[in-house]
Amino acid sequence: MVYALASDARHRDNPQDKLLPTAGQMVDAVQRMALRPDARSGERLMLKDSAASLRRLGLGMALAAGIGLLLGLNLGLFGGLSALGAPFVTFISMIPPLAVLPILFISFGVDELAKVMLIFIGIFPVITRDVMLATRAIPREQITKSLTLGASPAALAYRIVLPQILPRLIDAVRLTLGAAWLFLIAAEAIAADSGLGYRIFLMRRYLAMDVILPYVLLITLLGYLMDLGLRQTLKSFFPWYVAGRNR
Amino acid sequence: MSANHNRGWLHIEDLYKSYGSKLVLDNIDLSVSRAELCTVVGPSGCGKSTLLRQILGEEAPDKGHITLEGRDVGFPDTRRGIVFQRYSLFPHLSVLDNVTLGPRLTSGLFERRRRRREFEADAMTHLERMRLAEHAHKYPHELSGGMQQRVAIAQALMLKPAVLMMDEPFGALDPDTREQMQLLLLELWEAEQMTVFFVTHDLEEAVFLGTRILVLSQYYTDDRGDDRGDDRGDDRGGTVRRGAKIVADYQLPRAATATDVKRSPEFAKLVGEIRDLGFNPDFRRHVRDFDLRHPHSFRTLTPEEYRESQ
Repeated sequence: MVYALASDARHRDNPQDKLLPTAGQMVDAVQRMALRPDARSGERLMLKDSAASLRRLGLGMALAAGIGLLLGLNLGLFGGLSALGAPFVTFISMIPPLAVLPILFISFGVDELAKVMLIFIGIFPVITRDVMLATRAIPREQITKSLTLGASPAALAYRIVLPQILPRLIDAVRLTLGAAWLFLIAAEAIAADSGLGYRIFLMRRYLAMDVILPYVLLITLLGYLMDLGLRQTLKSFFPWYVAGRNR
Repeated sequence: MSANHNRGWLHIEDLYKSYGSKLVLDNIDLSVSRAELCTVVGPSGCGKSTLLRQILGEEAPDKGHITLEGRDVGFPDTRRGIVFQRYSLFPHLSVLDNVTLGPRLTSGLFERRRRRREFEADAMTHLERMRLAEHAHKYPHELSGGMQQRVAIAQALMLKPAVLMMDEPFGALDPDTREQMQLLLLELWEAEQMTVFFVTHDLEEAVFLGTRILVLSQYYTDDRGDDRGDDRGDDRGGTVRRGAKIVADYQLPRAATATDVKRSPEFAKLVGEIRDLGFNPDFRRHVRDFDLRHPHSFRTLTPEEYRESQ
């Protein structure tokens, strides 16, 4: 509402205003970016950007979640491993990921790998530590109980503890998604040839707010949908977890 | 030491356990026979659960041995079934999966697939006996506390453990449910003739359930020194560090399986007697006068604890 009024006011002063585009201009821009093939490459830019960004985000998150789960589970469960590995993970988690971005670009190239690695390095320590805490919070009674039911250490880790940690992992992913987007946009802003972050920073040069604003909205929407999807996954696959949390 | 004891089904000798500088278990000797329903009571903090943890293998004693069926107990394994007060069930598994967990964990990947139906049928028999058959596909969080404990008992019994350990299993239940559970346990015990090691802080429960009652207490004296003046402290007696001992060991009459017994005068008298013996800090018996009436009771006192010549 405020935006509409402000936009209208500016446009009355100066019909060429670029800072606060009208809704109509933004719809035009979205149509241009999403529905019509780009004159030069023949691709629908908005879709191409979304696909590229989601692919990077998905790969980075999957890698971070997978490694974080395995590492956190074993560090949390086995005291000896924890003494060896936990300080290391704590140390890694203190490295500001954006500070190592140049190193990543130099060592992994400016392609996809560096961006995926940035997300991975930023996210996996958080997930590892969260999974580790969740594993340690499993009551000792349960560990003893499963041993008296004949569980080997591997069965204990992967058949008793792992299924109980999975929903907590999903929660951890939900919480870190925001940070993952941040790393993704940052990496794309610096070196990329497609992606939502790349487009936003490219359009900045032309002061093309009519493109930037819908893109920001799109990112927000995508993030929200992911969170919703994960929440639904929790509800339908881990009803016992949701019930325990609400207690 | 009585000479005529055979090594029992569950045998404990010269057991000591301390946490830091606090001695908790002080030279515990115990021999439990097969098919005994042995209850352990004592004032809070006397080390009942510590004793249970040693037998379970969760912790290792400082000194002494524990054998089960003639073999050292070691780490927790399938020879011992356990029902805790809480957290006995796995929240991510349905009731049926919880009960079949033991057989599934102890069989290989292919055997598990092949015999799945068999395991489930077996589990259903147990659940029917626990009057839980219609809840087989629910999750633990959908059950009441009493039902959860019944599932936990069924789960522990699936592997037919040499001894069923219970750590205040009915402690969190309301009085009604609790009484029902006690009757159910007696019923099961009579049908299966299983060995049960039942820890509780509820004296009436212990007297009602047990065929044998052990009173574990830190309120006693011996020849290691006098702890007069330290009043209620159990380990502050100057230089004497003293932990809990078994101060009484009775055989209990196994007459009725109805809860009416609890209101009979003999029952009240026995409960009162044991309460004085183990739970009253002002009433300390000397080691030589311990009431170890059970035929399998034995002990090995050190010369410091009791000088025969005195």
